[in-house]
Amino acid sequence: MGLTPDELLARLKEAFGERILDSHHHCGDVTVIIARDDALEILRRLRDEPAFAFNFLMDVTAVDYLGQQPRFEVVYHLYSLTHNFRTRAKIRVPEADPWVHSLVPLWKAANWLEREVWDMFGIRFLGHPDLRRILLYEEFVGHPLRKDYPVDKRQPLVPERDPIETGWKFNA
Amino acid sequence: MPSSKRAVLPLDLDATDEIMEIQMGPSHPASHGTIKFNLKLDGEVVIDCDVEVGYLHRAFEKMAEQGTWNQVVPYTDRLNYVSPLINNVGYALAVEKLCGIRVPERCEYIRAIMSEISRITDHLTCLGMAVQEIGAQTVAFLMIESRELLWDIVEAVTGARLTISYTRIGGVTNDLPPDVPDRIRAAIVHLNAILSDCDKLLTRNRIFYDRMVDVGVLTAEDAISHGVTGPMLRASGVNYDVRKAQPYSGYDRFDFSVPLGTKGDNYDRYLCRFNEMEQSVRIIEQALRDLPDGPVRLDDPRFVLPPKQRVYGSIEGLMNHFKLIMEGAKVPRGEAYQAVEGANGELGFYVVSDGSGRPYRVRVRPPCFLGMSALGEMVKGYMLADIIPTFGMVNMIGGECDR
Repeated sequence: MGLTPDELLARLKEAFGERILDSHHHCGDVTVIIARDDALEILRRLRDEPAFAFNFLMDVTAVDYLGQQPRFEVVYHLYSLTHNFRTRAKIRVPEADPWVHSLVPLWKAANWLEREVWDMFGIRFLGHPDLRRILLYEEFVGHPLRKDYPVDKRQPLVPERDPIETGWKFNA
Repeated sequence: MPSSKRAVLPLDLDATDEIMEIQMGPSHPASHGTIKFNLKLDGEVVIDCDVEVGYLHRAFEKMAEQGTWNQVVPYTDRLNYVSPLINNVGYALAVEKLCGIRVPERCEYIRAIMSEISRITDHLTCLGMAVQEIGAQTVAFLMIESRELLWDIVEAVTGARLTISYTRIGGVTNDLPPDVPDRIRAAIVHLNAILSDCDKLLTRNRIFYDRMVDVGVLTAEDAISHGVTGPMLRASGVNYDVRKAQPYSGYDRFDFSVPLGTKGDNYDRYLCRFNEMEQSVRIIEQALRDLPDGPVRLDDPRFVLPPKQRVYGSIEGLMNHFKLIMEGAKVPRGEAYQAVEGANGELGFYVVSDGSGRPYRVRVRPPCFLGMSALGEMVKGYMLADIIPTFGMVNMIGGECDR
């Protein structure tokens, strides 16, 4: 490990100050909470600035805190190959209009990972070039990893479809 | 000349060129795994490829929220079912990180040994199947034969070949049987002989070399941007291995090297996996040599089931057992992300606990999901037939990719 969690957190706070809404470290994982309007720029700086150089977007996921306000958290796990440390960035997203900015302009990995979060949680990623469902099929009703989706819910049968005719577009 | 086999896209098409749209999969005889490629071809050149995954989706993350923390372990077996022990270890480490506990030293060694055995079985499967699809049937049989030797050992240790569920929070289910270290050593001798045969048959084989070299090139920059890890990343020349960078389960005790490629083509990926098996053997030999005595489970009534004698012999033990089974271990509130080096790359578990006996959220960061997201770009500009070895070298395991 390049830095202790305290040192990394201090460096993050020094760079971003008030723009880090909240932060903590738990079990050695550093977490910062950022605003969704600010996220794209902060993450871009985290990727590009040599003090951080978080060149890997390891994971994008979300957690549904049903009953709390705001309801969702979108969670990014970043890893810096140069410095060998990790950090976790979170954006709190309200239920009423669940969206965050897409990170596809920064990392190609964001493409599929964000599609999965859309698929499972119904959180939209603004600026995503191709926000389709990925693990489930287009006709699926609802977003199954939301806490209010019953685990035993049945889905209606869907007619067979021709993927070339529907919903498949090339980007070349 | 770098990647001379790749056509430069977009092709200069005139009105007479006909673009063919073709769907390959989801059940294609030459691809091992349920996956669909929506292809756009000019003649035999792939000019666009849209990869469709999800055919094996089993709602792992939803199911993990339904039971207690230990009841998730059998689901993790089914993620990467070619190296299930690594999934077990990764999940257990993530929960242990959240609990703030560390397993006994002997347990760490056993977990490392079993993880490395699994890595070898995974690489053998990947290479065996991938080369079989391009015609090297003999090698496939040899590799499956040696995998069998290792799976016999896995069976002797865990009681099952595939659905092993070997780890628990705070330890493993049972100690190594007394004859297993010798059996592992015997299997390694046999494995080395087979690998040497495979090496002679394949590595300098003209047909194989021509099919693999300069095909499916992934640059280091693209690999990092795609979040690709593991042998695929290292074949592109980036030195990142979780076992070295952020050692877990005692990997810092072992002396091993990380094989790196230069070009990031299929041949480099083949060599990386092949050499990694030799490094895994080194780790196993060192771990068997230094294997300490002691318990394989933590004695911590908060998370670990008491020994049966205590359950049947005392009321405290019985209550402890009952509470752990019925309510589950009370993992403290919080969240943790733990990465382990899976056979295909960084296998991460992000666990969130609300303090009850059940996981609030279990997220898997599946390495081959990210590898598959890069595949669409890796096959563009190459021939249709090159999809098969490129896909084989990505080593998609449906259970892990689609969860």
